Amino acid sequence: MNTSSAATTTAPVAPASLLTHPQTQHVPGNIVIDVHIKELYYGKFKAVRDTRIPIERGTITAFIGPSGCGKSTVLRCLNRMNDLIHEFRFDGNINYRGQNIYHKKVDPVVVRRHIGMVFQQPNPFHMSIYDNVAFGLRLNHFKGDIHAQVEKSLRGAAIWDEVKDKLKTSGLALSGGQQQRLCIARAIATEPEVLLMDEPCSALDPIATRKIEELMTELKTKYTIAIVTHNLQQAARVADKTGFMFVDTSQGGRTGYLVEFGDTRQIFDEPREQRTKEYLRGVFS
Amino acid sequence: MSALSHGPVPVPPASKLFFRSYGSPRTLISMGLSILAGALTLIACVPLFSVLIMLLIRGGSRIIHSGLTMFTSLPPGAMAKMGEGGFSNALWGTLVMVGLAALLSVPFGILGAIFLAEYSPASRLSTAVRFAAKVLTGLPSILAGVFAYAAVVIPDGPFARGAGVLFRLLPHPAAALPGAPASMYFQLYENLGAVSKGGFSAIAGAIALSVLMIPIVILTAEQALRMVPSKMKQAAVGMGCTKAQVTWKVVVPTALPGILTGVMLAIARAAGETAPLIFTALASDYLFPVDGHPPFVHLMRQTASMAVFIFNGSARPQANLIELAWAASLVLVLLVLVFNIGGQLLSRSSRPRGR
Repeated sequence: MNTSSAATTTAPVAPASLLTHPQTQHVPGNIVIDVHIKELYYGKFKAVRDTRIPIERGTITAFIGPSGCGKSTVLRCLNRMNDLIHEFRFDGNINYRGQNIYHKKVDPVVVRRHIGMVFQQPNPFHMSIYDNVAFGLRLNHFKGDIHAQVEKSLRGAAIWDEVKDKLKTSGLALSGGQQQRLCIARAIATEPEVLLMDEPCSALDPIATRKIEELMTELKTKYTIAIVTHNLQQAARVADKTGFMFVDTSQGGRTGYLVEFGDTRQIFDEPREQRTKEYLRGVFS
Repeated sequence: MSALSHGPVPVPPASKLFFRSYGSPRTLISMGLSILAGALTLIACVPLFSVLIMLLIRGGSRIIHSGLTMFTSLPPGAMAKMGEGGFSNALWGTLVMVGLAALLSVPFGILGAIFLAEYSPASRLSTAVRFAAKVLTGLPSILAGVFAYAAVVIPDGPFARGAGVLFRLLPHPAAALPGAPASMYFQLYENLGAVSKGGFSAIAGAIALSVLMIPIVILTAEQALRMVPSKMKQAAVGMGCTKAQVTWKVVVPTALPGILTGVMLAIARAAGETAPLIFTALASDYLFPVDGHPPFVHLMRQTASMAVFIFNGSARPQANLIELAWAASLVLVLLVLVFNIGGQLLSRSSRPRGR
């Protein structure tokens, strides 16, 4: 998937604020985040092993697989959300622009400001629609025109027309689909390079889902998106690359691992692995 | 069952089948229990309403007859005519002491609740603090008075001694800030000197009241903080908030109405307390805690309060004082009611719309 021509482009330098570690490693191609998980534990429970996913700039990368295969866990590693979980242990590298974000000098708070996240449950703050979007801007001491940026973000999340007359009302008064788009607006307001989406449509009805999917295809021109989804059709519709994860029960526990990664077309039309074929045919799930 | 297997059975007409039979024991027991419950509820309401009605009649008549002068004048002397005098010093005293107690207890209570809910929800320290707070909410208020008496009022108490040490360490205001007698520092210095001598005072009263308020504030604020959905906290973390930013920008604002409810309830409780004040602030018929002389707020004087005024006034032989005590009772009940209703309204507005 990494063509040799892409490898000639130089890796952009990460912002100085993120890099307390000076030397930047060379990154081949257009890869924004290179996920390399050897082993990942919650306490004594080995949740994920041997997973390598390169996420390319300007693409949508989908993680699919049965429940409990660790796809959300992997996604939550990309902006160190797993740090919140007690007894979380991680062995491997996650290189964001060549910098391992699990390097011990890296501040996870700074990482999360570069890599935004949209959650499964819409989770706007208990404040006005406007303040929800302006929250991240104020947090980062945004120097520009906050009003303009809020409007731009709400337009970007395809919700501006619905809320422009009630920016002062609570974000919690919106419908589920609107709340989720508000959360996307909030996430893109600070213009993060990467947007992580953890089953963003699973709490939404089909119409809202379609809107979010259209939104994702628009957003990928500016942002790199990684999405976890239970919905295979959704992955087939929106994703450029797809990683299929599966649960390994052979060693007693339930450890997730990456079975196959590639272009979405290839994964769905001509999967290389037997497990992928069976899962996509619905033999098990 | 056997009736079904032996062919058709005559079924009584539906109209009769579903009629209530007033003779059956089931219906009679049900009706009897309903009547009993209603009657007992009415009886339980009798003392409640008789108190309120008596207050309205006896306190209200005084307010109607002698007007609002009672809010501005001092308690009547022995020679005063009927209808003269008031309880302005007691009203001021209650406001000052409850306000001071709130200043002492609310920051500690809220910060304690944040620690319990956000920073260390399951540690041994938190469990111990939570247990202590629960026990303290049931503390007989007279014990809070005795505690403050021993700690603050007695000149040998730890509070007075500590204040004495601090007093001797601090420079005199005249040396530190020449020509600024009304400054905050001057007030602090003067009051510290007075505290080191011990004695009945508004500060002692406020400390006794704050002992009663802190556990209420801690427990209600912790409850309110815990009600903030964890998905909201996750959103904040995901945006790159530090722990402190999550707490102060998202969790506390979301829980604020609930926290304020706790503060209101604590204030309502403290405003009505008598026992702790008898031990600590005592009473004064003539001195205001607030006047035009520096340092303006005299926290080290014996200070009257509404509750103690009612307690003293109702036991005197003068009909005038007894009537005034009734009026003071009505005012105090209304004061407490206002804070209670305020708390209720805030807690109602705290439920977020949507879900």
